[in-house]
Amino acid sequence: MNAPAYNFAYLDEQTKRMIRRAIMKAIAIPGYQVPFASREMPMPYGWGTGGVQVTAAILGPNDILKVIDQGSDDTTNAVSIRKFFAKTAGVRTTTDTHEATVIQTRHRIPEASLGEHQVLVYQVPIPEPLRFLEPRETETRRMHALAEYGLMHVKLYEDIARHGHIATTYAYPVKVDGRYVMDPSPTPKFDNPKMNDCAALQLFGAGREKRIYAIPPYTKVVSLDFDDHPFERYRHDASCELCGAADSFLDEVIMDDSGSRMFVCSDTDYCETRRAAGPALDSQQSEGAHG
Amino acid sequence: MIGAGDEQPLLVAERLSKRYGRQIGCRDVSFSLYEGEVMAIVGESGSGKTTLLQLLSSQMEPGAGRVLYRMRDGVTRDMAKLSEAERRFLFRTDWGYVHQDAAQGLRMGVSAGANVGERLMAVGWRHYGRIRHSATTWLDRVEIDRDRIDDTPRTYSGGMRQRLQIARNLVTQPRLVFMDEPTGGLDVSVQARLLDLLRGLVADLGLSAVVVTHDLAVARLLSHRIVVMKGGDVIESGLTDQVLDDPREAYTQLLVSSILPP
Repeated sequence: MNAPAYNFAYLDEQTKRMIRRAIMKAIAIPGYQVPFASREMPMPYGWGTGGVQVTAAILGPNDILKVIDQGSDDTTNAVSIRKFFAKTAGVRTTTDTHEATVIQTRHRIPEASLGEHQVLVYQVPIPEPLRFLEPRETETRRMHALAEYGLMHVKLYEDIARHGHIATTYAYPVKVDGRYVMDPSPTPKFDNPKMNDCAALQLFGAGREKRIYAIPPYTKVVSLDFDDHPFERYRHDASCELCGAADSFLDEVIMDDSGSRMFVCSDTDYCETRRAAGPALDSQQSEGAHG
Repeated sequence: MIGAGDEQPLLVAERLSKRYGRQIGCRDVSFSLYEGEVMAIVGESGSGKTTLLQLLSSQMEPGAGRVLYRMRDGVTRDMAKLSEAERRFLFRTDWGYVHQDAAQGLRMGVSAGANVGERLMAVGWRHYGRIRHSATTWLDRVEIDRDRIDDTPRTYSGGMRQRLQIARNLVTQPRLVFMDEPTGGLDVSVQARLLDLLRGLVADLGLSAVVVTHDLAVARLLSHRIVVMKGGDVIESGLTDQVLDDPREAYTQLLVSSILPP
């Protein structure tokens, strides 16, 4: 009994091949949800079982892994997944966005621009963008097949009718490569423009729903909107109180029970890099900012 | 009422038959429907009315026979030979389908405006202001207060739901509308108002319609022609007033005589 306790990166090689085949297909058909035989992972559904399987399938011994959760490198989910792969694959881990070759993320895209050598792996809870309007899977599949996406605009119409503007702030639907409408996972819509023409490969894994989809590098990704209500990024009208960034996505942190609060970068690596670089050089005015 | 110059029928049924195992759904039904014409299919429960409507609207495949439809480009095509994409496109542009239960034909979770606008968005409208304007116009036409545009149909009464369903179907200006018991389950005064509305819309828009009903009064008010079904067969057909005033078949006579005198 000299067999190692785990195969490299936890999953057995047959499972990885199956997942890689699904990934290849997903890359070949940008935005299309490829079913795959999702495995049980040693973590509960909703904690990134889909993302972890995709990461496990693409990870090599020389990869450097970064894991973020809501932009942060040091929340529970990020720390435990990073440790998981450090233990089962022995790969190097990092918090530095530039250094990482594989970045698994929950709900954010890093502020630093990504390069061709990088893969971004998203954890996806509900891959079907049409689900809340059309509960039948048979019907949503047919709608994708026939590119019948009028229903997606019904949702946006409802937003405007109720709130006066498109109030969807996360999981904002996008059209990939002019064909498939896709749920970009619950990232804030602030991040949507970063998906467009991105140099890195973007992979999406939904463990519970057993779907993998992808955006190949340099693919056109358009956020859906109306002619008279165009897509707008949203960020708090403030600067990060730690690093002074005026162009990053901000988290609102409640400081006490008397209502005081502060805004800080949601991307911790971005914030730390800026602070290490020196005292707040007020960064250039952000393009998409509005209150 | 038959549109002059349109010699080609809009919808043709050729020897349509459907069996459910040993049960007969409908047998050997043939007719032509012309533009601007309203045809009623009457008969008792289980006579094959709804089966026939589903065959005509391509929601069910016929066991034998075929349905032909003249498309907007003037070419008459066999419905069974259309691709699914073409059929679905036809269904949300050139056709309408009014269900007896409005909840089946509406999206109950979204506002009335979105219900009416859905077809427009499906055919590529991407201007919120115009979609909303169109929805408002249609709510006016079906006599729904425009203040209710942002309410969901859940908050609507039965009659309002039915009128909303009609608006939702007519917004893309279809040429053919299928109606399955459009006044079923509504009280008499609401029925009368709905019939009045339908009659006006059909006349204004030059719609063709196939209306399934067990209510001869509905058939008399709405339709130009009538088809009487019994046990899956068409037993009598002709002009509505002719059939209702001078029924030939014993069963039709029975149907007509079963109406309570006013």
